[in-house]
Amino acid sequence: MIVAQPKPIKEVLEMVKDFKKILVVGCKGCVTVCNVGGAKEVGILAAAIRIARKRSGQDIEVDEHTLERQCDPEYVDELAETIHEYDAVISIACGVGPQFLSERYPAVRIFPGVNTQFMGGAEAHGIWSERCAGCGTCVVHYFGGLCPIARCSKSLLNGPCGGSSHGKCEISKDVECIWDTIVRKMTEQGRLEELIEFKPPKSWTTARDGGPRRMMREELVK
Amino acid sequence: MSGYKAGSNLEKVLKSGQFAFTGECGPPQGANVEHLREKAGHLKGCVDAVNVTDNQTAVVRMSSWAASLILLQEGLEPNFQMVCRDRNRLAIQSDILGVYSLGVRNMLCLSGDHQSFGNHPDAKNVFDIDSMQLIHTVKTMRDDGKFLNGQDVDVPPKLFIGAASNPFAEPFDFRVYRLAKKIAAGADFIQTQCIYNMDRFREFMKRAVDMGLHEKCYILAGVTPMKSVGMALYMAKQVPGMDVPDSLIQRLRGAGKGKVAEEGIRYALEQIEEFKEMEGVAGVHLMAIEWEHRVPEIAERAGVLPRPVV
Repeated sequence: MIVAQPKPIKEVLEMVKDFKKILVVGCKGCVTVCNVGGAKEVGILAAAIRIARKRSGQDIEVDEHTLERQCDPEYVDELAETIHEYDAVISIACGVGPQFLSERYPAVRIFPGVNTQFMGGAEAHGIWSERCAGCGTCVVHYFGGLCPIARCSKSLLNGPCGGSSHGKCEISKDVECIWDTIVRKMTEQGRLEELIEFKPPKSWTTARDGGPRRMMREELVK
Repeated sequence: MSGYKAGSNLEKVLKSGQFAFTGECGPPQGANVEHLREKAGHLKGCVDAVNVTDNQTAVVRMSSWAASLILLQEGLEPNFQMVCRDRNRLAIQSDILGVYSLGVRNMLCLSGDHQSFGNHPDAKNVFDIDSMQLIHTVKTMRDDGKFLNGQDVDVPPKLFIGAASNPFAEPFDFRVYRLAKKIAAGADFIQTQCIYNMDRFREFMKRAVDMGLHEKCYILAGVTPMKSVGMALYMAKQVPGMDVPDSLIQRLRGAGKGKVAEEGIRYALEQIEEFKEMEGVAGVHLMAIEWEHRVPEIAERAGVLPRPVV
């Protein structure tokens, strides 16, 4: 899933300080799963804004709405009847959401209420970590099913570097050295030989480096 | 130059079978050319080549290629260091051509410390290719006359290719295989991380010799004399992949006030004596960090002077 975290409330209040009627829009996709942008969080953010504004003597009207998904035009359309009633809209979907809203409703001021972090998963309740860098050409099978592009601080394809220490990365004791894990796993699987093979430079044409990406599947295009 | 890959002084010394002795010089955090010339001056005549670090520990300094050229002007042979952190494959290849064109003949290929260590932690890193692929790139440009895209290089750069090896980083058992991989990728010589744990290094070298790696590549043992107990503790606790045994820290502590630096030098000299005899070790890389003025004395006491003229 796409993992996000809330923007500091001070930052959100600053964004909407000049507005008197706003809409907070959530998304039932990834951000609901990682407890940051679903209907519950829409309610919490809306309440926080109302309370803060009331305290500062600048009342505000805050409405709430949560879409099935903000990354799909058919759901974004749901707001067509009502969105123009608002001075501003805060989207608490991932970074895709505010852009789909901005594109569909060009006259409306759209603000992001969360900071999108990464593609990853939940290690445990309340703990998420990155797994995929979206490079466009998956290579995890060469590395024991683990991705050094997303998970090595230097994206080394021929690791580990000299900074690996006690299974941790040189940048922080809180960061796993994925190459340490890759070596151990490949050794256990009796596949060390494969790691000794030279991995040539990767083509980044399919990654973001190749420019903004677009994908078309002819069989699905109506 | 027949028979040489690059014909650098370092290559000639190593190929002649003599024990090599290389030094290191960090460029200034500014355009202080005079200070660089002064530091380099201490190394003149004491070493076969001088490593010029490339934004070491991710701290911005004068570029390693520019500092390498200044060393050349001073009559020293640079070992130009390049990290993959700050350049993509276009910049890497053009800098390789640039340094070669201006007289550089040795190059050390490194991944580079992560920028979070340095003084610009907000920077975006590159890591388009890694150190292994950098080694292979230089070799392909030199020996096949090809760029990474397969196109011809118009006059290939003849560089003596170096790589680093950290025998103390984990996973320990994999380190010798990674060394082998660097040699297969094209490394002509290796300079190791600073060695303090001699037991572990002996074990590492035994494995390297058993695999015949010393016959495919020149391995230079890394030595950094400890200047103080504080430095030893910092190295032990703060520098990832560094292995400083407690026994060394105790030895430095026991040296007494004002005598720690001398004890650090003594330990380094004992190491160098052992390296001279150790199978598979072709020389020593002395990294006297901001201690260049002590290099002549260390070289003298290590019995590596005068340096051979090949």
